[in-house]
Amino acid sequence: MNRGLLSPRIIIGGGVLALVLLACLIALPWTLSSASSIYYDGQHGDLVRGVPALNPAGWFGYDTLGRSLLGRCLLGGAISLMIGIAAAAIAVVVGTFVGLIAGYTGGWVDSALMRTVDVMYGLPYILLVILFKIALETPMTDGLERLQHGNWFSSAQAANLIVMFLSIGLVGWLTMARVVRGQVLALRGLPFVEAARALGLPQRRIFMRHILPNLVGPITVYATLTVPSAILQESFLSFLGVGVRLPLPTWGSLASDGVAALSPVKFYWWMLLFPCLLLMAALLGLNFLGDGLRDVLDPKKDAGKL
Amino acid sequence: MGRLIAYRLLQLPLILAIIYVLTFLLVWVAPGDPFAGEKNIDPAVVASLKATFHAESPWKFLAYYPIQIIGHLNFGQSMQYREWTVNDIIKSALPISVVLGLFAMVIATVVGIVVGTMAAVRRGGWIDWLSLTIALVGISVPSFVVAALLLMLSASSWLSGVFAVGRFERPIDLLLPGVALAMAPMAYIARLTRVSMLDVLSSDFVRTARAKGLSRSWVIWKHCLKNAILPVLSYLGPAAAYTLTGSFVVEKVFNIPGLGQHFVNSVLNRDRTLILGVVLVYSTFVLAFNLIVDLAYGLVDPRIDVGGAR
Repeated sequence: MNRGLLSPRIIIGGGVLALVLLACLIALPWTLSSASSIYYDGQHGDLVRGVPALNPAGWFGYDTLGRSLLGRCLLGGAISLMIGIAAAAIAVVVGTFVGLIAGYTGGWVDSALMRTVDVMYGLPYILLVILFKIALETPMTDGLERLQHGNWFSSAQAANLIVMFLSIGLVGWLTMARVVRGQVLALRGLPFVEAARALGLPQRRIFMRHILPNLVGPITVYATLTVPSAILQESFLSFLGVGVRLPLPTWGSLASDGVAALSPVKFYWWMLLFPCLLLMAALLGLNFLGDGLRDVLDPKKDAGKL
Repeated sequence: MGRLIAYRLLQLPLILAIIYVLTFLLVWVAPGDPFAGEKNIDPAVVASLKATFHAESPWKFLAYYPIQIIGHLNFGQSMQYREWTVNDIIKSALPISVVLGLFAMVIATVVGIVVGTMAAVRRGGWIDWLSLTIALVGISVPSFVVAALLLMLSASSWLSGVFAVGRFERPIDLLLPGVALAMAPMAYIARLTRVSMLDVLSSDFVRTARAKGLSRSWVIWKHCLKNAILPVLSYLGPAAAYTLTGSFVVEKVFNIPGLGQHFVNSVLNRDRTLILGVVLVYSTFVLAFNLIVDLAYGLVDPRIDVGGAR
């Protein structure tokens, strides 16, 4: 099983991803504590028109409000990655659950669940995410307001972040459900499951000991591939202004700021370049990693051998 | 085939009804009373909605809204733009979005298939390498980045006369947005075509065709392509959904007054009648497109039983 785990794609993808992720996480205390990365501090107004400077805060330059772009990119990265991973986790759990039930029960449960998946597949993804977000945001804000402890992080902001990954996750489980169901159906017909049943093992045991372990491979692969698509959706929404609320940055909203700052007169290229570069690096890393893992772990590749 | 079409045509309104109820629950019911929100709504609009749609109770609205749409093609009054009805907005914006979307789909399909086929034929050559690079970039670079780069390009001095920057006046202004929108699906289609083409190229009938003296290009473009195109056809449905997503950002970057812009604004303004209307229009288009693709699939490959109802 381990023969291909060190393929170049996995190493490069994982390395790039680890680099970006670590940078975002290690810098978190700095980006969170220095208010300049979130709020305009009025100190750097004169640096707005400057090119990237040499002190760490100025490596990526400053945005039009004089905030350190490096700080905002790293904080935005932490938020984007956090939302992506949380959304993917929800998608994986829901998708696995639905796929398991559909594949294992069969019959009308299976067809009902799979028709639902078909209908949702036919719909534009992003519309559903936005609709879920509209539906969840108000109740979530109200709910968190009751638990409010009066810190700097307002309940509206917290609700906004939670709703973001909830709605992306609640739409993103479709592929996972299909993959898991297909896998369960294939496994169910294999001789060793039949043998287990013939031996009189209880359903639960067959399920937990014989079917579930064989699903770990495909689930890992598609989980890795769900994260970049979740990040991409988050950045789409934030780019459009319907995602994570300002002043919290994400790569999407930073890129949107960059596009807004494009003008024929004065060219703030760094405001567009750096967030996009980081986003692309993270997405490429995740896609590489997922592809590499698929080659190693996906049993479909050598289904003939089974 | 006739039964298949009938079956799918009957399915369409059912799915639309499900989408309608779902959208309604998510947009109108879940966030609370639509008329008690933080954004103040013009009393005249409220009165008009209550008069035509019985919007005072959500459940009455749920029933009356479809009647108005099916019977009178009336999507109601926009809750934020007092002078506009949802119909006006859709009528003015939909054609632009449809043209842009179809244009992008055509570029993506044609270029993607040609590049993918050439990559398969010259396996390992520079075009194969180029298509792999484009595919990786296309999948990992969000369309807003591509759009922004193209916008910068069009604003640069040597192209300044050709395209109107950030405005939308002539049909040629759709070229760059279309390219930006087509990038990701194109990359994916190229890879799909390459993989299935490689498969077909190694099959026996290709060797036979070549052996009996047919020219290389005739075999590739006539015989092989028809077989290799099937996975591409089945990807066109998801590609349409992707194009729709991309059109939101591309319309924003290039400042095109299409439906995507209105949808995003309606979400920001919590303009619930507009959201309902636009979602229904979008869903109808995507579902109809999927239906056409499925039928085309049945035509190209008669072995496939698309509806399961033959």
